[in-house]
Amino acid sequence: MSSNLLETERVERPADAHAREDVRHAAMRPVLETPRWWWPAVLVLGAVVVLGIVAWMVQVADGLGTAGYSDGAFWAIYEANLVAFIGVSYGGAVVSAILRLTHAGWRAPLTRIAEATALVTLPIGMLFIIPHLGSPQKIWELVWPPYWNLSSPILWDFFAVSTYLLATIVFFYLPLVPDAAIVLDRLGDAPANRRVRVRRTLYRALLGRFGGTPRERAALNGSIGLVAIMIIPMAVSVHSVLSFAFSSSSRPGYMETIFPVYFVVAALYSGVALVVLVIAASRRLFHLEAFIVPRHFVRLGFVMIAFGAAYLYLTFTEYLVDGYSGTTGAAAWVYQDIAGRYWIPFWFYFVAAGVVPLVIMAVRRFRTTSGVVVASTLVVLALWVKRLVIVIPPATEPLVQSPLAKGGVLAGNWGSYHFTWVPISITVAATAAIPLLLLIVFRFVPILPMAEMEEMDDELVGASSREVA
Amino acid sequence: MTKNREMVPASPAVDDEHDELTAAAVTIGRRGLLRAAALGGLGLTALGALGETVAAAAESSTTTPSGPTHQWCMIIDLRLCNGCKLCTTACQTAHYLHEDQTWMNVYTMQNAAGEDYYMPRPCMMCEDPACVPVCPVGANIRTDEGLVLVDQSRCIGTRICMNACPYDARYFNWEQPVPAPRQPFPQEPEWPVPQVKGTVGKCIDCAAMLPSGQLPECVTHCPMGVLYFGDLTSDAAVNGMGATVKVSTFLAENDAVVFKEEYGTHPRVYYIPGHGQDLDNNAAASS
Repeated sequence: MSSNLLETERVERPADAHAREDVRHAAMRPVLETPRWWWPAVLVLGAVVVLGIVAWMVQVADGLGTAGYSDGAFWAIYEANLVAFIGVSYGGAVVSAILRLTHAGWRAPLTRIAEATALVTLPIGMLFIIPHLGSPQKIWELVWPPYWNLSSPILWDFFAVSTYLLATIVFFYLPLVPDAAIVLDRLGDAPANRRVRVRRTLYRALLGRFGGTPRERAALNGSIGLVAIMIIPMAVSVHSVLSFAFSSSSRPGYMETIFPVYFVVAALYSGVALVVLVIAASRRLFHLEAFIVPRHFVRLGFVMIAFGAAYLYLTFTEYLVDGYSGTTGAAAWVYQDIAGRYWIPFWFYFVAAGVVPLVIMAVRRFRTTSGVVVASTLVVLALWVKRLVIVIPPATEPLVQSPLAKGGVLAGNWGSYHFTWVPISITVAATAAIPLLLLIVFRFVPILPMAEMEEMDDELVGASSREVA
Repeated sequence: MTKNREMVPASPAVDDEHDELTAAAVTIGRRGLLRAAALGGLGLTALGALGETVAAAAESSTTTPSGPTHQWCMIIDLRLCNGCKLCTTACQTAHYLHEDQTWMNVYTMQNAAGEDYYMPRPCMMCEDPACVPVCPVGANIRTDEGLVLVDQSRCIGTRICMNACPYDARYFNWEQPVPAPRQPFPQEPEWPVPQVKGTVGKCIDCAAMLPSGQLPECVTHCPMGVLYFGDLTSDAAVNGMGATVKVSTFLAENDAVVFKEEYGTHPRVYYIPGHGQDLDNNAAASS
């Protein structure tokens, strides 16, 4: 706590009523007044989402073949998207839960944005199971217990992700309770038009019977702490079980004992990167420069790059061991990835999410807000590409005819996946849905966790005055 | 030969009693483990053990003479195959399949001398199939006569069974299936005609035709007598030319092998090599 980056600022400027008022003003401004750009942005993003839904309807009518799939590429972009979009939701767990448990006080202004990002990206990722299915009209079978086959990894994916979604909702809701009281207070002064009435009903519902007494506050903080502990193993389980859909088969390139760890680390890496992007955008759009400072980005950049280095290491060991062993199936996909038909996406990943972010964070000159934002953009993009590289090559590798057929390693009867406008539209729509839902969420929910920041300030002031004494 | 080292001798003891016992043991092994692990996760291990006991009791009662009268198998004599692919077309005609839905696929392979030979690949009808346990909604079934089938009315199209199958024997309906006229059988796992868009399909050994004594279409249409369809219970197999063999003797005398034995799937399709396939090295595959 003594090395807290905000400490000096906060101590110089005591947490008096004025600073508190600043926080409240900034946090509630998007709730109380509509920014001029808000409706145009929502309409444009909404149109993109509608285009994606139209593309999906075309796919439902004509079959998965319109999405570029074939027996030679039975899994491809939707499976990669499922993993990638659920993966980016991990940023919320890291920034909020891990930093909370390690008492990193600087996280406070970031937690609401991080949790909201998790809250919107996780359902979007889950929705990718719908275009993934060949017969989405029968999806109800997954929630129909007589049909459950408990030995199927996919069923457990479904269980794990649903549980995690529930925890994410709770984890978003609990810190919101004291803030709801503050907003209700503020709405009391506002003229009672329809919009205010809607919000007032919403916050009364959110608040429940919470009265803000010290005992209730302690109970609430205890609950938040408990959920913060529980959500970490849940997050680990989600991507581990997701990886089992691949790794519990005998297919070369999928049958990797490293996969559960590999998937979890990738999710954490891309999750922190997305949180950086959302924080950067929110800071600009909602004028939070006074609360979210450059050092926040640098710290998040360090958290991100720790996962990035771990991921690079896991990639190296996976490719080395599989390639070196020389068994036909494994050597074939390793070769195709690093020097064959998939070399461009693989090396794009290596440069954009392996080398460049490390360099940016290592060199002091690049270690700036914009440097971290550039690194995060590259990481989000390159880890999506990496998921394609994980999913597609093994799904296109022939299992009966040797993938290393006579005529050299590039011959053989490999299948191929062809990107079409349908999955690209759906992917773009899902990407657009993230800012769209965030814009909607922040129209209703204070963008800064006011109660939490005030508590932090009180603690800091208390600590510093003790130090001074 | 592409994957010679995966072609290892089949168990010479194919008398039905031994075979059944092995199958039962293996089945309980993998499935029992998974089920116990799954239920254990729910804290219901005790209940699972109880269920297992009940299931075992039920199973033992069906091994009396009232049990299944057939255990279907196939023998493929690679020495005779000339790669004409009439089996593939006969299958596709009968089941109204697209051209690339090769339930019976004839692969062109190369032996160590660089000469082509052909390897027909139907569904292996594994005794311990990798595709069955992975389906989230239980759309894959293995009948008590040893046929692995897909219930297309149940299948939701996750394609995880295509991932699991080591033989690339499963084919998805990526687009509208070929329309079919009225069929002699209802659309059911034993006769999935026409196919259903958005579900997985595979070789069924023409299951619906077997009770009336008809051979699978591929076997009937093979002009070389490569394909034998047989029954491990009666220890007899017959090819499209009318030749009948005693399964156990035929396999033992001709050094039959099963494909990718190391995957533990226990296929019920037996290959008889001897068309220049070099069983001792994998040179052709890796050169």
